[in-house]
Amino acid sequence: MLEVSKLEKTYPTGDHALRSVSLTIDGSDAVFVIGPSGAGKSTLLRCINRLVEPDAGAIRLDGVDITALQGAALRAARRRMGMIFQEFNLVERLTVMENVLSGRLGYVSLWSAWRRRFPPEDIEAAFTTLARVGLAGFENKRADALSGGQRQRVGIARALVQRPRILLVDEPTSSLDPRTSDAVMRLIVELAAEDGIPALVNIHDVPIARAFARRIVGLNAGRVVYDGPVAGLTTDVLDRVYGGAMEDAR
Amino acid sequence: MGPAAWTAAAAFLLWNAVNLEINPERIARGLGRLGTVMARAFPPDFSRAGLLASGVLESVEIATLSTLFGVLLGIPLAVLAARNVVVLPVYAAGRGVMTLGRTFHELIVAIIFVKAVGFGPFAGVLTLTVSSVSFFAKLLAESIETIDRGQIEAIRATGASRGGVLIFGVLPQILPRIVGLTIYHWDIHLRQSTIIGIVGAGGIGATLYNAFSRYDYDFALAILIVIVAIVLVGEAVSAVARRSVQ
Repeated sequence: MLEVSKLEKTYPTGDHALRSVSLTIDGSDAVFVIGPSGAGKSTLLRCINRLVEPDAGAIRLDGVDITALQGAALRAARRRMGMIFQEFNLVERLTVMENVLSGRLGYVSLWSAWRRRFPPEDIEAAFTTLARVGLAGFENKRADALSGGQRQRVGIARALVQRPRILLVDEPTSSLDPRTSDAVMRLIVELAAEDGIPALVNIHDVPIARAFARRIVGLNAGRVVYDGPVAGLTTDVLDRVYGGAMEDAR
Repeated sequence: MGPAAWTAAAAFLLWNAVNLEINPERIARGLGRLGTVMARAFPPDFSRAGLLASGVLESVEIATLSTLFGVLLGIPLAVLAARNVVVLPVYAAGRGVMTLGRTFHELIVAIIFVKAVGFGPFAGVLTLTVSSVSFFAKLLAESIETIDRGQIEAIRATGASRGGVLIFGVLPQILPRIVGLTIYHWDIHLRQSTIIGIVGAGGIGATLYNAFSRYDYDFALAILIVIVAIVLVGEAVSAVARRSVQ
């Protein structure tokens, strides 16, 4: 269970990205966060795994307050959260296998990481996960030799091989063409459901959110302006989320 | 510039020439002696092949060892001097060490090391190691500063430690650069190792200096021809090696 309460973040530039954001994710349903660019979606995700430091508020994952953690304890918390990125963020010059195994880096010694000696069960998990994302047989290809859709599948495998308690998914389809977007989004939602873990998905594309979400959170200028079922996503609500500025968002 | 400034500049240049005793008579005498040197240098004398070979070997050894040490010390220094991987005070210290290390020409460094550890190749290895660490680190630090932050962020997000991020996130991105720079430095060191022998730091340069001081101009010419050959071979090797890395 993830509980975010009264989260605040102001960047040194003065940009007030999050204003008292509270949000609870219980069970294993995917939650889709929509909002215009600059609404704070990306900041919210990155505060949860502390890639960005929140100024105030609390984030609890299974009861542990992540905002209070430092050093090894923080890294242990990050191991329990798998992140999927807009630009895939694969290590381009490494193989698909190395990229997937990097999801287990938090569990191995530096010496083992240097020699690429991961435990047999990690390697087995990596093979299984690659098969689940539809990339069986791709393990020795270099990441920079893959297409966009294939790269994002590797990104999904890297997150899943962590055996996380939650997936943090940041605009997973923005760099993909529409057909690939649909397949990748479906894969994320289905695999998360199979593993019984929730996913917190940032998405700017409202039709995709409608197609895959049950619950939608709307962010505008750092505030939660809607949190409810997808059926409640009326024109009125969208106007509040997008400030009436984005006609095409409907 | 007005005529007064032109006159002043011309006067200054003339004064320099007089001061340095540059005059037509000396030039004429020098040309004459150069002719004698050239006449005695031909044909080049390759008969002392053993001495030549050991000088060449020593230069290659100096170049190779100093490259190895320079790279081994340069990589950590580069990490310390890259703004995007260390905190500001460490970065400032790293930059400071780098700037200090690049202050003196390698010949001055060589003279100091010859005084410290005596004549011979050991001084040469120390000289080229010291003179290359900062240069290598500077070039590598610049390429560390331009790596893709997204790849680093993704590795951090898995719960990897700082070392894990370096091994999986940073190193793969800079490895081609490290290999390229190493080859480049080996090439530079090969050239420099032929020179620093002149101040006593070993290698083929030392052989050359001895030949000149004994007026063995024909042997000296043979050495110069060999130096040209080394540099050309070094260039060819590094060109081939660099192409295979890209």
